[in-house]
Order: sequence, then structure tokens, then C-alpha cells
Amino acid sequence: MEFNISQSVRREDVPDKIAGIAKYIGDYKFKDMLYARTLRSTEARAIIKNIVFPKLPDGYCIVDKGDVPGRNRVKIIDYDMPFFADGVVNYIGEPIALVVGKDKRVIESILSQIRVEYQRIEPILSVEDGLNAEKPIFGDNNCFSDYTISKGDMVSAKRRAKFVYEGEYETGYQEQFYLEPQGMIGVYEEGKVSIYGSIQCPYYVKNAVEECLGFEPYRVRIVQTTTGGGFGGKEDYPSLIGGQVACAALKTKKPVCLIFERNEDIEVTTKRHPSKIRLKSYIDENYRVLGMEGDIVLDAGAYSGLSSVVLQRAMFASAGVYNIENLVVRGRAVATNKVVSGAFRGFGAPQAFFAIEMHMEHIARELGIDPFEFKLSNILRQGDRSTTGGLYRDRILLPEMVNRVIKMSSLEEKKKAFKEKRKIGKLNGIGLSMFFHGGGFTGSGERDHIKGRVRLVKDDKGYVEILVSNVEMGQGAGTTLRKIAAKTLEVPLSKIIFNNPDTDRVPDSGPTVASRTTVIVGKLVQEASEKLKERWSEDRVEVEVQYKYPEGFYWDNDRFEGDAYTSYSWGVNAVEVEVDPTTCEVKINGVWAVFDIGSAIDERIVKGQIDGGIVQGLGYASIEVMEDRSGKIMQRKSTDYTIPTSMDVPEIKSELMCEPYGGGPFGAKALGELTLVGAAPAYALAIEDALGVKINKIPVRPEHLMEVVQNGK
Amino acid sequence: MENKIRFTLNFKTVEISASPLKRLLDVLREDFSLTGTKEGCGEGECGACSIIVDGELVNSCLYPVGRVEGKEVLTIEGFRSTPEFEVLRESFEEAGAVQCGFCTPGMIMAAEFLLRKYPHPTEEQIRKGISGNLCRCTGYDMIVKAIKLASERGDGLW
Ligand code: FES
Ligand code: FES
Repeated sequence: MEFNISQSVRREDVPDKIAGIAKYIGDYKFKDMLYARTLRSTEARAIIKNIVFPKLPDGYCIVDKGDVPGRNRVKIIDYDMPFFADGVVNYIGEPIALVVGKDKRVIESILSQIRVEYQRIEPILSVEDGLNAEKPIFGDNNCFSDYTISKGDMVSAKRRAKFVYEGEYETGYQEQFYLEPQGMIGVYEEGKVSIYGSIQCPYYVKNAVEECLGFEPYRVRIVQTTTGGGFGGKEDYPSLIGGQVACAALKTKKPVCLIFERNEDIEVTTKRHPSKIRLKSYIDENYRVLGMEGDIVLDAGAYSGLSSVVLQRAMFASAGVYNIENLVVRGRAVATNKVVSGAFRGFGAPQAFFAIEMHMEHIARELGIDPFEFKLSNILRQGDRSTTGGLYRDRILLPEMVNRVIKMSSLEEKKKAFKEKRKIGKLNGIGLSMFFHGGGFTGSGERDHIKGRVRLVKDDKGYVEILVSNVEMGQGAGTTLRKIAAKTLEVPLSKIIFNNPDTDRVPDSGPTVASRTTVIVGKLVQEASEKLKERWSEDRVEVEVQYKYPEGFYWDNDRFEGDAYTSYSWGVNAVEVEVDPTTCEVKINGVWAVFDIGSAIDERIVKGQIDGGIVQGLGYASIEVMEDRSGKIMQRKSTDYTIPTSMDVPEIKSELMCEPYGGGPFGAKALGELTLVGAAPAYALAIEDALGVKINKIPVRPEHLMEVVQNGK
Repeated sequence: MENKIRFTLNFKTVEISASPLKRLLDVLREDFSLTGTKEGCGEGECGACSIIVDGELVNSCLYPVGRVEGKEVLTIEGFRSTPEFEVLRESFEEAGAVQCGFCTPGMIMAAEFLLRKYPHPTEEQIRKGISGNLCRCTGYDMIVKAIKLASERGDGLW
């Protein structure tokens, strides 16, 4: 069947979601199912001296470290966090035990009677303390990772420079706030554990549970249930609670259901890393940025989790979309006695792009030159080298994209009009950001760690099932992959089947992260479809393909040199705001965006990603305030941590420009994360435009703005 | 303490014994196995648990079942057999208003309530009408368009 791959189709998962028929983890009921709630640390750092449990009624039990038959460490990248605290606790909210039983109210009452006796240890509550720790949480220097990347010749860049500019930029926590809280059910049957849950990465959970139980692979099965959003939040954390419900199911021999309450989810699950980024640029008399020194510090929280990779992505993006030939950037992920920072859409890039976009603007203002001209004259072009010396092989459409956004938003006319308005006290502003996102795992991750495998099975009626471990979590992966298969096989879409993955049936095609599902897994689906097509006349056919690192690319993981990504997607955003002169409250009046994601596999799905990502990015920049005091998250309730409502954002006008990528299916590149990355700097720059101040920190809070305005700078 | 409570649920009279303080959300999901109504926060913030009680849109997570005595309750399970639902379903699909879907049943109930009040709502009225329903996936545009589309398509229905 011939169809244009970009043309939108009906999504198969949607009718049941609308009708309330789709089953999320909280909608499952197994026979004799028990419930669990978590006993958590109330201390930021302490030794557990003793735990006094009340007398438990019949049918209730405690599951803790003593019930972990295998290794009591969650395998994420390293083995660091325990499934259940083992004598010490390192953050408020760290799980110590589960209380398991039939009636949730009885469980609550047991929980409230448990007394934990702690011996406090001086906690590390900030990255500054963490960098000078007397009693490190991790290693000698208390950094989970401490990397440096460099290229070119900084000494000569410094010597040739006419101007030097230095700035420090800061970003806060961000909570994923997927609408469906974390949840899992563990079931033990005939020597085998099955885990059902709201997850992004079935095989991450499987590997973690196998080690937790000390079980052979065939004795652990993971089934993804309809997932109510993930955004990275269900990448790492489910490995922890998957192990916990597995232990509970093993102990009780009954299904055990652990579903978080919203406030618990906000307080204890992983979030976006807060960052402090210092950038120092060396600029010549023609306003070329000759060199840059960077220092990136991420607050990793109590355990390493995914911090090393988040840090790498932040470092590789540190020069933004600018061609800076000489560069030294150090990055550290610092251990603190706080909730664990983890994956969130963008994965280090939102922090880095906020810093560099503000930095470039501030340089231009300092030098008294036009920011657009300055940025465009330093912009990356095809043939330039990345921060790690990788080659930008494809055309980079940024100048055209910038022009288009300027047109769409009437940016120039508005800038002029706003200048006039300011004379009569009206504070409007407009800001523009440029950014990229690399598709798939960083460096050689796809080649050395993931090695994704995809299988297609055709039955005798001509139906083809796609067997992959990537999940539909709202982003449209199921439909996207089905379209790729249908188009390649030239069969109607209705012949292609995609089900939620069950590790007993699907090979490991890797996790649903890093904007890789379309560009990497989709490409494998296309390759498998081509193979299947050749054997179409056979009755039942099974084909499997595995990821191959593309030829001509190169990555040295010890030195962080080479192609950090095999493809890049690009974006330009403009945001228009109005600031209230008395309260400094900010209203968003317009958002415009152009993205180059290669070819769109489905335009409606793509628009959904664009709108959703931008609004999350705007929330990150504005109202999503999350701070900690004495190691405790202050905004730990859904009433305190606010995400954008329909009233907080206007219509988003977006367009696509396409530089197809030969290595992606039908020329597609990465999409999901890119959409979030540019909103924050565009928003902050719009406020700068309105107020004539410098903004170095997000979220931008009206209280801070008032201070800045009053201080005149 | 348990009371006998009678009310109309999705067009049928029902009676249960429950503590009058039990959340209506739990009664729907646990006692009646109506799991289309979702719990996103349990604090009246997200609207995933939205249902219609005597013509009013309520958060069932904040609504004690005792208050429902003698009232008419409409959840997504009852609403989905109506022609209005069909129009909304089609429009939500066409506009791309659904991603993860966890907010969707609540959003549909909010849309129904809105359209009963304003059969031809302006964008402003739509944005206001769904402002009690959080969606983390869509950024709202496509939901706003879906409701607009439904109001045009279902002309005369509401
Ligand atoms: S669950 Fe009722 S408002 Fe969120
Ligand atoms: S579609 Fe996911 S929260 Fe609305």
C-alpha cells in the first residue's frame, strides 16, 4: 500500500484510552492481591540503629533487606542504591522496607507505628559542601563522575582573544509529573516472577530484578502495562521498585501491588539534575568566539543512578550550536544527601542550552553588538567539529530556521513596537533560542551497551507483529513503528501488530529513552521489514536484525573523542512575554518553533511531541519551582509543585524543516527530547528583552525579578 | 461505621454499604470496578478523577460518597454509550488530543460539562473549562482544538 509516511493516521491505542477501557497498572486486580506501602527514611544521612515494629496482624508482613535473596543493589549503570536500606540511609525518602498486606488502612496504621532509631551523620546538603566533603558519600572526592573534554589549543585562543566574558548559570530541579504515578505489581508463580508495571525500559527492570533475586533470566518476566507518561521518570526508578515488589511476591507467594501516591511520587522519585554552569569565553576583534572554558556541576543526589551519562550529554552540548574550536570543559556529578537525580526528557541538554544561550546573549550585550548577528556569525555549519571533535556531516539549516521563526513571530516588528511600549511602562519582550539534540545513546552506547535487536513475525494470514522492548507511553511509538513496517513491506497498516512488550516474547531492543525509538529502533524495524519482504511468500516467517554502528563514525570512550552522536536534530524557538510592572508576574503571549527532525513519520504525532515538550520546557523555566531545605524537598505536594495548565500557555505555532538523515528510517531523526530543550532560554531571553536585566537562573521567579529590577541590574 | 447509600450510577439505581466518608473515587473503582475514572493526585489538583454529579463537574477524589445519596452520577463508563461521547471521541482522535491517555477520561468529562454549558465555546472558554484538568503530554493545544471540533461537529447535540 502506498502512503506518504508523514501523513497522519489513526492511533490504535487511543480509542480505548478515551473510553476509559485501557488498563493502567492501578486498574489491574489479581486474585488474592496484596498491597504494599513503603517505610522511608526521615533522615538525610544516618545509621539505622534499630527498627521497632509493632505486632503485625495475621496476613501482614514486612519486606526489607533481609528478604533480598540476591544482591541488594539496583543495577542501573553501577550497583549503587540498595533496594532496601542496608544499615544506613542517604536521603529523606530512601526506602527501608515495605509493609505488605490485604487492607490499605491496616498497612497505614502499621506504618505509623514503626519506630526507626537513627544515629545522625552530618549530611551533605549542597554541591558546594559536596565538593569539599570531609565525609564523602561516594569515593574520595565525592563525585560520581569527574570528566574533562578538550579540543584545540586554549593557550593560543587566550592569547589571540581581545575580549573575555565569564558568566555563571543555574537551573533547578524539575519533576516529571507524568499523570500516572509510579506503580508495579509483582507476581510469583511456579518458580517464576512476573512484574507488571508502568515502565519505559522492560529490560532494565528485568536485569535489575534478576540480580535482586539471584534468578536465572528465564525466571524473570517483565510486562509493560499501558503507561501514563514517563518523560524519563520511568527509566531508572522502576528498576528499584520492580525489585521491591519481586521480593515481596517471593516472600508472600501472592501478587503484591505497590502504587505510589502523588505526593510520595513527587518527593522521592528521580528528577532533573539541578545544575551550576560556569562559562568563560575568549573572543577576537571580529567577534568570533575563539575558545571557551566550561565548568559544569550537577547535583546528583545520594546515588549515582544515570548521572554520569546525563553529565556527558550536558558537557557535549556545552558549546551549544556554536563553532568554538578551542575548548576545555570539566563536568562533575556531585553526591549530596538528597533525592536521586535522574532522567528527564533532555537529559542534561536543557541545563547546558540554557547556559550557553544566555551566555552568548550576554556577551553580545556586553560588547554592544547585535545578538543575532553575533550568534549567527559563530554558528555551526556542515563540516565543523563538535565539542568532542566529531564531524557535522549533514547540512545544518539553522540560519534558514532562524529566519523562518523571525518571520512567523514578526520578531523584528515586535522588538520595535515593544521598545515604544516600554516608554509608556508596558513590559513586553521576545526571545529566541537555538539548539540541537543528538539522537540515540551518547558515544558508543548503542554499539557497546545496547546492541538492540528487533524481531518481526509474519503469520500465515499475512499479519506481522513487531517484537521490540520499546514501549508506547503516550509518545506514539506504537503507531510510528507500525507505519515504518507497513510502508517498507507495502502492506496496509492494519496488518501490522504492536503490543505492549512482554520480555518473554520480545528481544532486547533497548530502553525507551534518548529519543532513540524512531531513529535507532525504527531503522531496525525498517531493515527487518526489508528482509521479511524478501521472504514474504513463505507461510510463517521470523526475522531478526541487530544494530550495527554506522560506517565512518568513530568514538573513543576513554578520551570522549569523536562522534558523540550519529545524527543531530535542530530547533529554533521564540517566546513572547508580558511582565506585570508591579508584581513582575510573567504571561506568555506567544510561542513559535521550527524544528529539523528529518522527515516526520507522522505529522500529528510530531506536533503532539512539539507542543508537549515546549510546554514542559516553559514550565521548567517558569512555574515549576522545586527547592530543598535541610535535604527535604519543599514543594512535595501536588498543591505546591505546579505544572502548566491550559491557562498558562498560548497556542504554539510550529513548522518543520527537513534535512533527512540517511541513517534513520525514511530520513527521520530524533524528536522527543529536542522539543523541550529550547523553551527555557527563549523564555528567559524574552524576559530580559522586556526588563533589560540579566537572567542567569531558572526557574525565573517573580520575587527574584522584583529584586533584580529594584537593584537596577 | 457503614451506611446504606442509594444513588443513580450511569443511569441505574444502585445501593451500597460504605462509610459515608469513603471517597467516591474509591467506591467507583473498588466497589463498582469502574476503573475508567483515574487517580492522578488524590488532592483535587489534576482532574483525572473528574465525573459529573447532578450536572456538576466534580473531583471524585475529594467527594465523600455520603454526599452522593439520591444524586445522579455519570462516569466515563456511562457516558461512553451516548452520542455526545461519540462526537467527542472522534474529535479527540482526529485532533491528536490523546497521548498517554491518563488524563483523557477526566478531560472528556470536563469537555462534556463545558459543552453542556457552552455548546459553542470560544478558545478562552475552553481553556478555562479544562484548566482544572492537568495534562502533562499534549501541552493542551490539541485538546482545545478537539473540543472546538466537537462543538462544530455535534452542532445541536448539546
Ligand atoms: S485525582 Fe482527583 S483531582 Fe487528581
Ligand atoms: S495525554 Fe498524558 S497526561 Fe494528558
